[in-house]
Amino acid sequence: MSRDANNTLSRAGGIAIGAGLIGAAVVGGALASGMRRGRSPDDAPGRTARRGFGEYDVSGRTVTIRKPRAEVFRAWREFEKLPQFMENVVSVRPGDGEGRWRWTIRAPRGVVELETEVVREQENELIAWRSTDKSEIDTEGRVEFRDAPGDRGTQVTAIIAYKPPAGEAGRAIAKLFQREPQIQARHDLKRLKMLLETGEIATSARTADATRKAKMEEA
Amino acid sequence: MRALTWHGTRDVRVESVSDPEIINPRDAIIKVTSTAICGSDLHLYDGVIPGMQSGDVLGHEFMGEVVETGASSTLKKGQRVVVPFTIACGGCFHCAVQQYSACENSNPVEKQDMSATLYGHPMAGLFGYSHLTGGYSGGQAEYVRVPFSDVGPIIIPDHLEDDNVLFLSDILPTGWMAAENADIGPDDTVAVWGCGPVGLFAIQSALVMGAAQVIAIDHYPHRLELARKLGAKIINFRETNVREALMEMSGGIGVDAVIDAVGMEAHGFAIDNMLDVVKQKVGVGADRASALKQALLAVRFGGRVSIPGVYGGMTDKFPLGALMEKGVQLRTGQTHVQKYLGDLLAKIEDGTLDTTFLISHHLPLEDAATGYRNFKEKQDSWTKVVLRPGMEAGAAGASTTRTMEQV
Repeated sequence: MSRDANNTLSRAGGIAIGAGLIGAAVVGGALASGMRRGRSPDDAPGRTARRGFGEYDVSGRTVTIRKPRAEVFRAWREFEKLPQFMENVVSVRPGDGEGRWRWTIRAPRGVVELETEVVREQENELIAWRSTDKSEIDTEGRVEFRDAPGDRGTQVTAIIAYKPPAGEAGRAIAKLFQREPQIQARHDLKRLKMLLETGEIATSARTADATRKAKMEEA
Repeated sequence: MRALTWHGTRDVRVESVSDPEIINPRDAIIKVTSTAICGSDLHLYDGVIPGMQSGDVLGHEFMGEVVETGASSTLKKGQRVVVPFTIACGGCFHCAVQQYSACENSNPVEKQDMSATLYGHPMAGLFGYSHLTGGYSGGQAEYVRVPFSDVGPIIIPDHLEDDNVLFLSDILPTGWMAAENADIGPDDTVAVWGCGPVGLFAIQSALVMGAAQVIAIDHYPHRLELARKLGAKIINFRETNVREALMEMSGGIGVDAVIDAVGMEAHGFAIDNMLDVVKQKVGVGADRASALKQALLAVRFGGRVSIPGVYGGMTDKFPLGALMEKGVQLRTGQTHVQKYLGDLLAKIEDGTLDTTFLISHHLPLEDAATGYRNFKEKQDSWTKVVLRPGMEAGAAGASTTRTMEQV
């Protein structure tokens, strides 16, 4: 399932340069060159840097989920169930070939189709993916799983890089709809946390037809 | 169902809204038998807390009968329960360490961003208290949907009346935690600013915890009288120089612990209008902040400062030097209600704590708007209003159990 790192990097071309850290991070072999390009002056994760990543948006978020690492990993690995907590994902279905998945995602105007391939997977530790050329969006990402200190459970970090659709205007519209990946990723991670820690996703609706989910499906 | 809904500044109405439904497996539906108006509801009433939407059902102090349960609820139909105003999941890190009011999972995800921006972390969910804390429909209604019903509500034995236990939902544990945060010992002199419901319960709790003396500070004669009846010494700040009096009454050492039950709510939650709100409210704000400033000057070196009073925004001219130089301990926070319910119910049952002295009025839910108006405008005599959905409209006068003269 995991692909040759250098192949992926060269095919990705601009991504590795544009997305900087994430390009380096997704493919283990490129990590060293990524470091050479400019070692960070502190120990903070690269995604928290004040500088940008060119035309790519890179964002990351960590949550701690009070469940064992294997359980949290499993929840993420069942791609077809991701719409349970990823609000803007309508469906995830197997794509053409092993490790490929077709995503249907709500967008400011209708839906976008995305195909990803898993470029690296280490059980209970890491899943990394990138969009293939059959996608309408240019994106890649990874999710990492680490034991939290003591009995606090698992730290889950999701890092996503993407090229905003139709430049700045597209991103502005996406933001209006709260569908910018950065906000999406943060919200989705928190929904995963809710689902695993409480068995449900909190809603303040008074009636079943007034939940956010029901309204989105209606729309 | 009928419910008290918010429509704007000083515009609350009882009207018909949709009945709540079970949505998530851990939900339960409670048929409300008693619900109270809280001092903090007045800030919603005054329109000074953003994040309200027209039609929101208010109320975060309520109790009632379980009438419907989700598949994972542990409650049974027919049980009487008091519901904590703080909604807590029981499964996150904060719930695991009993910091229930910091629950990470009770505020719906999409509602967390605003408070996260302002405080660095999102608030937990609360009933009937603006969309910053979730936008949950509150308890001043005939029915309420209660999420995480296996964690929050406490089952009440039949021999206890609603009035005995209703305040377990908020103000009794809030007063108790305020005293606990003051870390009270037997030789201590404790000063409490504010003789509203929380201040009065903090006074009662401090005395139960064995304080040598508790000094209550307010300016409403009736509220001071209630404090005196609980066993506190009283200071009317309109008559007396508070700091001098506290020094004298503590033998020149200064008070060991101070509790600010006044608060300076509603200086604005939304980051973009916060400063404007502070400016608008500067008269009230400066006045109210003076309670905490006074408390910081009155507390002795190495003493304890407890803040149950709600602060929402920012303040200036804060005596930071006194805070640092005096080596005090400072403890704050919304109440971890779920942590205290069992112990406090036991203390009500064995007579250690009485909560009924506070109630000045019972009103039908239909007359809730009148209750808000009087609670706001006649603070001295309207100390606590309990609303009863079952009570006939207009029955207020007859149902008022105590008037000021009787206390």
